[in-house]
Amino acid sequence: MSSIIKVNNLSKQFNDIHAVNDLSFTVEEGDVYGFLGQNGAGKSTSIRMLLTLIKPTAGSITIFGKDLSSHRHDILKQVGAVIEKPDLYKYLSAYDNLAIFAKLSGIKADKKLLMEQLKMVGLDERAGSKVKTFSQGMKQRLGIAVALVHNPQLIILDEPTNGLDPQGIADMRNLILHLSRELGKTIVVSSHLLSEIELVANRMIIIHKGKKIVEGKVAELLDPSKSLVQIETTNDAEARQKLLQTKWAGLLHDNNEHLQLKMNKEDVPQLIAEMVLLQVPVLSVHPMHSLEDYFLSLTTQAGHVESFAN
Amino acid sequence: MKRSLVLLFLIQFSLFTQAQDINVLVQKVKDKINLVNDYEANGRMKTNVVFLKVPVATIKLYFKKPNRLRIKNENGISFIPKGAVNMNMSNVLSSGKYSVLDAGNDKIGNTAVKVVKLLPEDDNADVVLSTLYIDPTNQVILKTKTTTRDNGTYELEMSYGKYIAYGLPDKIIFSFNTKDYKMPKGVTFDFEDGSQKKTAAEKEKLKNQKGKMEIFINGYTINKGISDSVFN
Amino acid sequence: MWNLLQIELFKIFKKPRTYLAFAIIAAFIFLIQLGLLVNGKDWMKFMLGSLDETMNIDYSKLVNGYAVCFFVLNLLLVHVPILVALVAGDVVSGEASMGTLRLLAAKPVSRTQIILAKYLATAVYVFALLLWIAVISLVVSLAVFGENDLVVAKTNGLQLIEANDVLWRYFFAFGFAFIAMMVVAAISLLLSVLSENSIGPIVATVGIIIVCTLISEMEIPIYQKYIKPYLFTTYMLGWKGFFYIGSTEDGETIKGSIQYLPGILKSIAALLVYIVALVSASVFIFRKKDILS
Repeated sequence: MSSIIKVNNLSKQFNDIHAVNDLSFTVEEGDVYGFLGQNGAGKSTSIRMLLTLIKPTAGSITIFGKDLSSHRHDILKQVGAVIEKPDLYKYLSAYDNLAIFAKLSGIKADKKLLMEQLKMVGLDERAGSKVKTFSQGMKQRLGIAVALVHNPQLIILDEPTNGLDPQGIADMRNLILHLSRELGKTIVVSSHLLSEIELVANRMIIIHKGKKIVEGKVAELLDPSKSLVQIETTNDAEARQKLLQTKWAGLLHDNNEHLQLKMNKEDVPQLIAEMVLLQVPVLSVHPMHSLEDYFLSLTTQAGHVESFAN
Repeated sequence: MKRSLVLLFLIQFSLFTQAQDINVLVQKVKDKINLVNDYEANGRMKTNVVFLKVPVATIKLYFKKPNRLRIKNENGISFIPKGAVNMNMSNVLSSGKYSVLDAGNDKIGNTAVKVVKLLPEDDNADVVLSTLYIDPTNQVILKTKTTTRDNGTYELEMSYGKYIAYGLPDKIIFSFNTKDYKMPKGVTFDFEDGSQKKTAAEKEKLKNQKGKMEIFINGYTINKGISDSVFN
Repeated sequence: MWNLLQIELFKIFKKPRTYLAFAIIAAFIFLIQLGLLVNGKDWMKFMLGSLDETMNIDYSKLVNGYAVCFFVLNLLLVHVPILVALVAGDVVSGEASMGTLRLLAAKPVSRTQIILAKYLATAVYVFALLLWIAVISLVVSLAVFGENDLVVAKTNGLQLIEANDVLWRYFFAFGFAFIAMMVVAAISLLLSVLSENSIGPIVATVGIIIVCTLISEMEIPIYQKYIKPYLFTTYMLGWKGFFYIGSTEDGETIKGSIQYLPGILKSIAALLVYIVALVSASVFIFRKKDILS
């Protein structure tokens, strides 16, 4: 398995605002990679940087093993995307829209291929209709067709379920799973809903205020038997170095501000004992909420409780 | 005393004979012009008016007795001065009554000419005064100066060739007064291309209100009849 | 690049707005033609008012196809920039407001190519627009009013261009008008790159043209000397230079000549400088732009 996307220390500053701050993550081949964060967390800015719509202030992006800024053309040929709302040329027909983007993606699309693509998203009978006559769900489906028409290896879906009805959301979920399992595509999907990500993604990242909170396998991050434990020491950095030499290394959280471990509560006494042996002066041990609680608390602060109600 | 009487007589006699001569000359010129009932002529017209930039035009002249004259540009557009109708001499000589005055001798080029002034007797006539310069040998008019009531003063200079027998010139130079050229600014199509920075002298030139037309005639068709519709 | 140009053309010519310009022009020209057909002679007489007192003029010949076309162009070409802005001001910002710009910019085509393709597509539109004007104002006018010499009125006099010396002048005049309109298109393009809605650049382009024209026309010495030489509007009317015929000392026109060719060439050079500068700026800005729409 090789890395499809490798992002290192990516930052984007708009005037005084750090929209994305020192963000690093890796998407492996075959992943359905969840990009989770509340609105304004920096998801869209990150995704737009992956698509070269926004120029990073600092950091690097490598896709398919090539540097994005110097191999933009080659990389984007293999990327399909739906970015926020599926906005298309309203005054053109579904078929014309698809034909334009196929051409722009550098493929020679004949009528047969385009019609097949429209059939896949259930729009073959409306091929000649102008997009302005379409419902939100139809536009979304056409947007997917546009993203997939050139058979890309990497598919980036930014908030794909926004504005869809429950049936549309379910269809989208099935489509993502289909693309991943049957066609072996690598998919990055962003959402502000943990429930959405949980159902489709195998790995995920949570970002907040432009910074990474946590990255890892969804199954592990959301394992209810494990919780996040924060240990306060006189020197967190030194303690981290020491713990990296032990069996606890794998549980260490990739968070430079605090020393955090994801672990079973029962194992805490053993950890403390070992730290004492390592001569790490422990000031306090603080069990955090589960990740789910944690994310919920972030979004609750921002007043998005209602998003979780459904 | 006697001598003075003789002298007086002689002077009077000579004046009389002179007047006789002039009347005879004018009559001869008139007779010649009267040979032509109508004509159609082909020619070229060159216009020299300060506010007009036009090419040399191919024109046709039509004349029909007593005094109808028309200059036509068969194909393109030409600006014809209104006084041009007086270009035909019959208009000057045949219309109405006038007094003939001898105004002495002069020279045009190398040709000695008789100067004759015509004063119409009709006070309401358009022509107020005509001065003719007549070549007595060939009995043709070489030059006229005419002052009109409505069309200002104009001058004609004529040179003759093949058609001298009919008193028809080969070349006519017609000089006339032009009114100020005025064009409301909104309706013109100006564009400054950098060539229009006028010097004071050039501006002065624009105020020069003399226009000139030169007509060169290639050939006349005389007395073959012309339809009246041409003059409408 | 060819692909991109085809796509941009397709987008422009599928937009109903594009045809609005063609319809407006046709309606405008037909109205003028109808008016001149009915009242052309009286109108010409009025135009040449003071001359009518000293000269006999054949007014029916004066109102001919060439003259009608000249009149149409004088009235129309001042307003065509609005129609150009209508399309050119929309090429980038229209996509930004519609939301398609982010899809376009995430495709494997360079941003420089996107801008150049959009500008070239606009050029095709402008060309089509001028061709349309030429067909209706020249071909139709010639068919209806016939062919004859063209009399051009200037404040310091009239000049007559023979019928067989006119047509080439129209070719060059339309060519010049094309360059002038491409400056307008370039202004619109730049504003379109800077904006996220399509009305802004259109209104702003028209506004800029109005202000620059006013400054160009105002005969205030300080403006004339220091600002006017640098305004594009000063050079926009250069097409008329092709209808200023050369003449000899005594006012005889010289067939096939132009009174002051260097002035026209200078105008063309100035306009080309504008185009290069504006399009380069558009490319530069668009390359740097973060697409947030």
